[in-house]
Amino acid sequence: MENFNLILPEIFLALSIFVTLLIGVFFKNSYNLVTNLSYVIIVSLLLIIFNSFNESGNLFANSFVSNSFINFFKILILLGTLFVMFITQNFIKEMKINYFEYPLLLLFSVLGMFFMISSNDLMSFYLGLELQSLALYILASIDKDNLKSNESGLKYFVLSALSSGLLLYGCSLLYGFTGSTNFEEINLKMEIENTGAIFAMVFILVGLAFKVSAVPFHMWTPDVYEGSPSSVTSFFAVVPKVAGLAILIRFVQIPFEQLMDQWKNILVFMALASMILGAVAAIGQTNIKRLIAYSSIGHIGYALAGISTGTVTGYNSSIAYISIYVIMNLGVFGCIFLMKKDGKYCEDIKDLAGISKQNPLLAISFLIIMFSLAGIPPLAGFFAKFYVFMSVIENGMYTLAIVGLLSTVISAFYYLRIIKIIYFDEIKNSFDKIKNLGITSTVLLSCSILVLFFLYPSILNNIVNMLSIN
Amino acid sequence: MNFPILSSITLLPAIGALFILFSKSEKNENRNAINLSVFTAVINLILAIFLWYSFDKSFVGFQFVEEQNWISGFIKFKFGIDGISILFIVLTAFITPICIISCINSVKTRLKEFLIAILILETFMIGVFCSLDLVVFYIFFEAGLIPMFLIIGIWGGPKRVYAAFKFFLFTLLGSVLMLVAIISIYWITGSTDITQIFEIKIPVKYQYVLWLAFFSSFAVKMPMWPVHTWLPDAHVEAPTAGSVILAAILLKMAGYGFLRFSIGMFPVASEYFVPLIYILSIIAIIYTSLVALMQEDMKKLIAYSSVAHMGFVTLGIFTFTSQGIEGSIFQMLSHGLISAALFLCVGVLYDRVHSRLISSYGGIVNVLPKYSLIFAIFMLGALGLPGTSGFVGEILILIGAFQKSFLVAILASIGIILGAAYMLWLYKRVVFGKLDKSELKELKDLNLSEGIVLFSLAALVLFFGFYPNLILETVHISVEELIKNYEQAIIFNLSAIK
Repeated sequence: MENFNLILPEIFLALSIFVTLLIGVFFKNSYNLVTNLSYVIIVSLLLIIFNSFNESGNLFANSFVSNSFINFFKILILLGTLFVMFITQNFIKEMKINYFEYPLLLLFSVLGMFFMISSNDLMSFYLGLELQSLALYILASIDKDNLKSNESGLKYFVLSALSSGLLLYGCSLLYGFTGSTNFEEINLKMEIENTGAIFAMVFILVGLAFKVSAVPFHMWTPDVYEGSPSSVTSFFAVVPKVAGLAILIRFVQIPFEQLMDQWKNILVFMALASMILGAVAAIGQTNIKRLIAYSSIGHIGYALAGISTGTVTGYNSSIAYISIYVIMNLGVFGCIFLMKKDGKYCEDIKDLAGISKQNPLLAISFLIIMFSLAGIPPLAGFFAKFYVFMSVIENGMYTLAIVGLLSTVISAFYYLRIIKIIYFDEIKNSFDKIKNLGITSTVLLSCSILVLFFLYPSILNNIVNMLSIN
Repeated sequence: MNFPILSSITLLPAIGALFILFSKSEKNENRNAINLSVFTAVINLILAIFLWYSFDKSFVGFQFVEEQNWISGFIKFKFGIDGISILFIVLTAFITPICIISCINSVKTRLKEFLIAILILETFMIGVFCSLDLVVFYIFFEAGLIPMFLIIGIWGGPKRVYAAFKFFLFTLLGSVLMLVAIISIYWITGSTDITQIFEIKIPVKYQYVLWLAFFSSFAVKMPMWPVHTWLPDAHVEAPTAGSVILAAILLKMAGYGFLRFSIGMFPVASEYFVPLIYILSIIAIIYTSLVALMQEDMKKLIAYSSVAHMGFVTLGIFTFTSQGIEGSIFQMLSHGLISAALFLCVGVLYDRVHSRLISSYGGIVNVLPKYSLIFAIFMLGALGLPGTSGFVGEILILIGAFQKSFLVAILASIGIILGAAYMLWLYKRVVFGKLDKSELKELKDLNLSEGIVLFSLAALVLFFGFYPNLILETVHISVEELIKNYEQAIIFNLSAIK
């Protein structure tokens, strides 16, 4: 008898999505109802996962695994989704994209991510990946009367399909050269001089790099971030990255373990390129969503730098990095949803000019988050970078460390520019009074975590070190 | 004694800032905030003086050590002081209330936020001097950038944005290399606790690169030629209180860093790079003195004179003689008082006339006699007249330098002459001469708060000029220990080579 407890979250999520879908269809204007049900679903999922956090094992002929590492990422995904839904609810209503499908698509995407990061087999991996991507294509173009939203959806679809094609090609090559689709068996059958498998690995890494938007496969990111409705962007910027990073860690650890020398080089290159491009390209941006897009590319570079060390401390530092990244980005998007003037949402950075007088709370939140994104101590963003560089230097990768830290200086420039616009410039603008309690509390929560993190930084370390990566 | 006095001194200003943040300020215009901030700063000063009083001057090593598990497994939050750091803590605690009192009248907008920024900055500055762990040190060292960036950027002059960005990015660029070095040290020695690193001793082959990485950070902060260019901009654009803190304390962090970290951890590399330091120091002393001569802006002149004075400090530190190092510490403290006072003096004029150009003044001795007297004391202190604290530091540094290199000492002495030239010329153009500008004729002399601030600074400058022993005997044992360790390391290295 197999232990179906391991897959209980997925079963529960899938069933409840179908039930909620029916409810959504049969009730009119059911956005609110479906959203509230989604909250209930997410919270109960969190409880289910907490309950069996440390249980590990596999199912279905070893094609599905669950352990504390995967559960940690599932919790991160769920918390990210929960807070994204929380801060976007008002926006969705005001932009009149409050279709009941919206929260359900988010949940479908979450379901896909769950299957993806739990997969232990190329087939189930690909199915999970496509499930999450399909939901995201629709979400990107959900504002169907808006040209930009449609464009971004289409762009994302075409490019993502291309990368999925490459990835699938890599999967089939891998099957061809090792004779198995199971991660662990691939690892066992991988011989030392397996050139075909190296080709397969490159294709798969390209596909995954596209999903986490690492340079040089990042081109879609700024356009899609800018074009999609902000509510969708906030989801894009947080949740799929977490899932992508998780499956990347699993890939380099299990099937590609023998190819470490090869994938290390690839990841080091992608990390360096992402850090530099993220730092340089964001300087000229005027749209805050585009800026965040480039900044997120840079941040993924730091997370990849941790993975590229190929050691457990490196993976741990990446996990810590991405966790803090999620907190910071939720805060940023919370702030973006508070940038509202006469009932309209602003996206231009210049609109922030001098808001420090009229909206001091929003201004100080921006200040904290921007300094944290720039990695200035004593904010949490510094510790994230510190852990990564700790492991990078441990492995003697000094070039990566120095270039990475120099690019933090460059990226500090554009984070400072936002602070400059908020605090130093003359008042041109004032946003509406902040009324939304949900967003405010999320932003404040994020800021207080970022500020108070330095008092007890071990907490994240302890959790991450506990995870059974192997 | 179990009372965690160092943590208290460090955290108290931040707690005060927190209270100010939540203080009501509707009717009586920030009265609460002002009172709270002055109260916090004065309590902190009393604590710091008490700390100095209870400091054991004959004890070798670190006192008042506090240790706390922090990042599990590898980093401990460790505080402790010795003779070198105690005085900087006292200086910080002394300068902060002076800044607060001086800014009450001159800062017109967002006074509450200004006070919060100053107090938070005080926390970070004291933290720098207390920390005995490299990572903790780095965090405080870098964190100070945030409030200073805001102080320059929000309350600064017309070109404040440029100055704030230059300040922030220059310093950050210097510091990231130090972070790489700190992490490397952890992997080399297995610890970031400097007392342990002193014992383990970093292998000589690593020392050179690590020394350069630390140097890149301290040289920018110091600032040494040629990376000093952010300082005049920052000083000119910063509000008076910002300039005061920048000159009096932030620059001293670098000198402190050289003493504590560069010499302490990398003695062999420090010896190796002495020529580099001497050359840069001499260039700083002579070149920036010449530049200072040509300045038309008073703040810029004092800023360049700071660079020259800091050149003396680096020169003194790297003589590795007890006179040179004690002189450097004395010079840093005395410069902390004098440059703070000079910036306040400029601030007094600026508040009245709204110009920092030397050419818009002249003959103000006729209308501001008290001010002119005070200004004269600080001007003489800055040029190192015997009887002021400026003299003691410079003479000790020169004594130290003569023991090492005759040429360097001679060149440095030229700097003193140049220093006298630009300070006296500044004083002549501003204070003496004919009072023919109509807007100067109505000026009022020092008011009460300015008087208190400037007179207390002047008293200290004269006091330490006549009785330098109070400072020197505090630092003596620690400096002897530093030099002893340094010489042992050099001898050990030489014998290892043979």
